[in-house]
Amino acid sequence: MAGKTLYDKLWNSHLVKERSDGSALIYIDRQLLHEVTSPQAFEGLRIAGRKPWRLDTNLATPDHNVPTTDRSEGIEGIVDPVSRIQVQTLDDNCDEFGITEFKMADERQGIVHVIGPEQGATLPGMTVVCGDSHTSTHGAFGALAHGIGTSEVEHVLATQTLVQKKMKNMLVRVNGSVGPGITGKDIVLAIIGKIGTAGGTGYAIEFGGEAIQELSMEGRMTVCNMAIEAGARIGVIAVDQTTIDYVEGRPYAPKGENWDLAVAAWQDLKSDDDAVFDNIVELTAADIEPQVTWGTSPEMVLPISDNVPNPENADNATQKEGISRALAYMGLKADMPIKDIKLDRVFIGSCTNSRIEDLRAAAAVAKGHKVAATLKQALIVPGSGLVKAQAEKEGLDKIFIEAGMEWREPGCSMCLAMNADKLGQGEHCASTSNRNFEGRQGFGGRTHLVSPAMAAAAAIAGHFVDVRSFVDTASEGVA
Amino acid sequence: MKQFNELNGKVAPLDRANVDTDMIIPKQFLKSIKRTGFGKNLFDELRYLDEGQPDQDCSERPLNETFVLNQPRYAGSSILIARENFGCGSSREHAPWALDDYGFRCVIAPSFADIFFNNCFKNGLLPIVLTEDQVASVFEQVESNEDYTLKISLENQTVTTPVGEIFTFEVDDFRKHCLLNGLDDIGVTLEDEEAIRVYERKRETEAPWLF
Repeated sequence: MAGKTLYDKLWNSHLVKERSDGSALIYIDRQLLHEVTSPQAFEGLRIAGRKPWRLDTNLATPDHNVPTTDRSEGIEGIVDPVSRIQVQTLDDNCDEFGITEFKMADERQGIVHVIGPEQGATLPGMTVVCGDSHTSTHGAFGALAHGIGTSEVEHVLATQTLVQKKMKNMLVRVNGSVGPGITGKDIVLAIIGKIGTAGGTGYAIEFGGEAIQELSMEGRMTVCNMAIEAGARIGVIAVDQTTIDYVEGRPYAPKGENWDLAVAAWQDLKSDDDAVFDNIVELTAADIEPQVTWGTSPEMVLPISDNVPNPENADNATQKEGISRALAYMGLKADMPIKDIKLDRVFIGSCTNSRIEDLRAAAAVAKGHKVAATLKQALIVPGSGLVKAQAEKEGLDKIFIEAGMEWREPGCSMCLAMNADKLGQGEHCASTSNRNFEGRQGFGGRTHLVSPAMAAAAAIAGHFVDVRSFVDTASEGVA
Repeated sequence: MKQFNELNGKVAPLDRANVDTDMIIPKQFLKSIKRTGFGKNLFDELRYLDEGQPDQDCSERPLNETFVLNQPRYAGSSILIARENFGCGSSREHAPWALDDYGFRCVIAPSFADIFFNNCFKNGLLPIVLTEDQVASVFEQVESNEDYTLKISLENQTVTTPVGEIFTFEVDDFRKHCLLNGLDDIGVTLEDEEAIRVYERKRETEAPWLF
């Protein structure tokens, strides 16, 4: 019998019941909740008179709507009344049902996908769900993690299970080591560029190969975070010593005898040598350059040394139309060098790139420099209150402020512009977030996805530059 | 949940690939704590020329006359047809809520993003996968025939064109059963309450750190 993939193992260990049509009931170990996709789920429970099945598996925090400016007035200080009601509703629902919540004033508050791992609430071998597509992030821990809709949030609250169909298995292997200055963000953008935004649809993607194994947990989270941008709801990475070292000692991680039992069980959280994948994609790590998206879909991505594409060179009519439409929206000319794209704003943050290593990489580039005079704003938004505190302990906040950047409170912020942080019409932004869709960061806004070091370098230059040649002194920090 | 069985409806053609959920319902409208009222902001940035705000009266807003849903010939459509990878992006269920609230009961495309596809079934909205060629053929027909309608039978898993051409489509038995009967998933799952408890007891001995 053929061996099993990591995804097969995770699926099997959570199987409650298989149905005759191939769907199955899967047990859920952890649900993360935030203010945007939970209110209608709680309302559903109330209407049906249902209670959460297991309170201790849920952890909530407001992130999408929260202001990143002064919070001394608490919820009352949220200017937008609709946002205020949504954040208040999460607090009220968590209080009513007895769910643990890191409220806005709590130092542990932050982006759900940052705080889960930070707290050890995300563990290897778990099933993790959240009403947010970037839940794939948690797969970096060898967990089966994916985004769900609000009806499913309610379903998990009420039954601790989900009705699922098993996905197919894809292996994306990044062979060899990446060069200096190349991050998890560049790796995953290069993967999306290769397989496309629908390349992973219907699959759980396992990321493997030396370049992935050599990433820190934070780099691995960045890679899994964007599995969804390749169409795959699930991204996973095998558990190794890096994973275990990261988890040990965190508040929600197992302790004492349970820790030893857990670590022993986690050794098996990797694909068997003879596991069969439905699809295998390979990349050579050494070929990966710093990546920049030029268009309105994450697959519209190119190395920094390249030129914006020309629709005349498209493979077919649909692609030609797609490139033309994207160039028009982005206000770019065909064949212009990526390095000539001028920026109005820079955003360093989001569930993709707002962890301490991301901030260190950006600070290493920014240190001793000033943002370009042409730049309207460079926003640094840490992923959680604890990331913010750590950065301040290391003096990173001072580096950013001295460079003319803004140091903010934690939240999703300009990644999706649900709070006050947004792009103006026609503005170009170098962003460390995950989506460059039309209007994503503000009505008419133009997003270019990059790594934190590339974003910081772009802030200083006022246009895109290859971070590898930008500052030699920063090379250790960005590696 | 709303039942879905037969639908004889007018078709609106949205000739785009990779229609993402930010396009279907932009983020400022996700602040609502209700499931309804999203229809007037469906495709907000494509439909109107200005930037929309939650709770705004949309009747006075400047329309993008070229957008398909603003063309009088497609008024009252209940079937939306689009190109590949429809619904990519976020997990927001507000996307199917907005389509439903606008009046769509069915979306046809050559492929869908997984989470969106799944969310549709929870809301009585039927996503149908047809081949690229079949979709291309419907696009041609709908653009050259005013008041073009399709007849959809979930029971028979068929899409019938006005000239009697029949396309078949796949749907999981469980989802079909729930949609035909308007069943809420949670109620069905709770019939397996004992199986969930049995799993938990077994799992607790294997992985006590999770309990």
